[in-house]
Amino acid sequence: MQVRVRVPTPLRKFTNGADEVNAQGNNVRALVEDLDKSFPGIKERICDETGRIRRFVNVYVNGDDIRFLQNLETSLKEGDSISIVPAIAGGA
Amino acid sequence: MIGATPLLEIRRIARGLHPTVRIFAKLEGFNPGGSVKDRPALKMIQEGIKAGRLAPGKTIIDSTSGNTGIALALIGRVLGYPVELVVPSNVSLERKRIIAALGARVTYSDPLEGSDGAIRLCGKILQEKAEKYFKPDQYFNPMNSQAHYETTSPEIYRQTEGEITHFIAGIGTGGTIMGTGRFLKEKNSRIRLIAVEPDDALHGLEGLKHMASSIVPGIYHEEKVDEKIPVSTENAYAMVYRLSQEEGILVGQSSGAAMHAALQVARQLRSGTLVTIFPDFGDKYLTTNLWVGWRERMAVGNLQFSI
Repeated sequence: MQVRVRVPTPLRKFTNGADEVNAQGNNVRALVEDLDKSFPGIKERICDETGRIRRFVNVYVNGDDIRFLQNLETSLKEGDSISIVPAIAGGA
Repeated sequence: MIGATPLLEIRRIARGLHPTVRIFAKLEGFNPGGSVKDRPALKMIQEGIKAGRLAPGKTIIDSTSGNTGIALALIGRVLGYPVELVVPSNVSLERKRIIAALGARVTYSDPLEGSDGAIRLCGKILQEKAEKYFKPDQYFNPMNSQAHYETTSPEIYRQTEGEITHFIAGIGTGGTIMGTGRFLKEKNSRIRLIAVEPDDALHGLEGLKHMASSIVPGIYHEEKVDEKIPVSTENAYAMVYRLSQEEGILVGQSSGAAMHAALQVARQLRSGTLVTIFPDFGDKYLTTNLWVGWRERMAVGNLQFSI
């Protein structure tokens, strides 16, 4: 499934500055793998050593937090809109 | 009511250190607005009024990830100025509610752009209607660090009876370490200043800035810092749990990061009086991802204290 993925500023160094990219995957897990194939190293920033999404990163599918769906198993359909968002805001 | 915060000795987590190494944390959560930011917010506003830049009819505006916003909203209420804040929409729910309850108007910036996005959006709003606003400009206003030079630092020096050897603080605007550091070095040039930052651009440490990947605050001068310690989000979170479980104190994640760094420094010393800042308490973060899966993380073996 071809989907659009919005990427936060700290990850744009992997996507050559792009804030939105295309990717493929039947579910979020496959999507992350696909992103890492296109943008090597991005998965390691998003996921921990066990392969789970890091706690301070939120992933939204069409506006819904995947933690309230099926996490990495959340299935995707053509044209879905994914956002990877830091769970908090740094700064002051 | 702002300032004059207590200094807490961290005893249990500090077990295992050399007996003459002591760690103290300054509990800035005791400020009326709930964070260390009450100090620079007050100073910047006071100076603005003195300089005539903030006067009746003006609105106070700034970008913030929350604590400064709360402080400005509070002070604005008391002095009778309207307050507008530009805040990334991924700040904690508690923050949003507190700011709203204090009567500030909020413009949310893109969460994917982080606090730099808020800085830029605030700049745009200001450009469109400059005369309406007074901007404390926390990332660039020397009165931010001046507040710490005048209040935070003398308090620390007095509270440690001049024995402080190391000062450890997280960097967000850099105001705390710059202002506190300047006073401390004047008193004793051998005191070491240690800055703490997230170890990566993508992090979960609300309030702190990864300097290499973001707009560097104009008031932060890294050459004045003796050492900079990167702390992972996971280690900072782990320390928050340890502080609540072992010391009985509930703090935010930036405090966890500072404590982790302080412990790291302490382990290399044979003696020393270390002081760190706990910028706020933990009640503003209870609904956030900080506490997601924490019990599972605390279980023996699951928790990584990479010290």
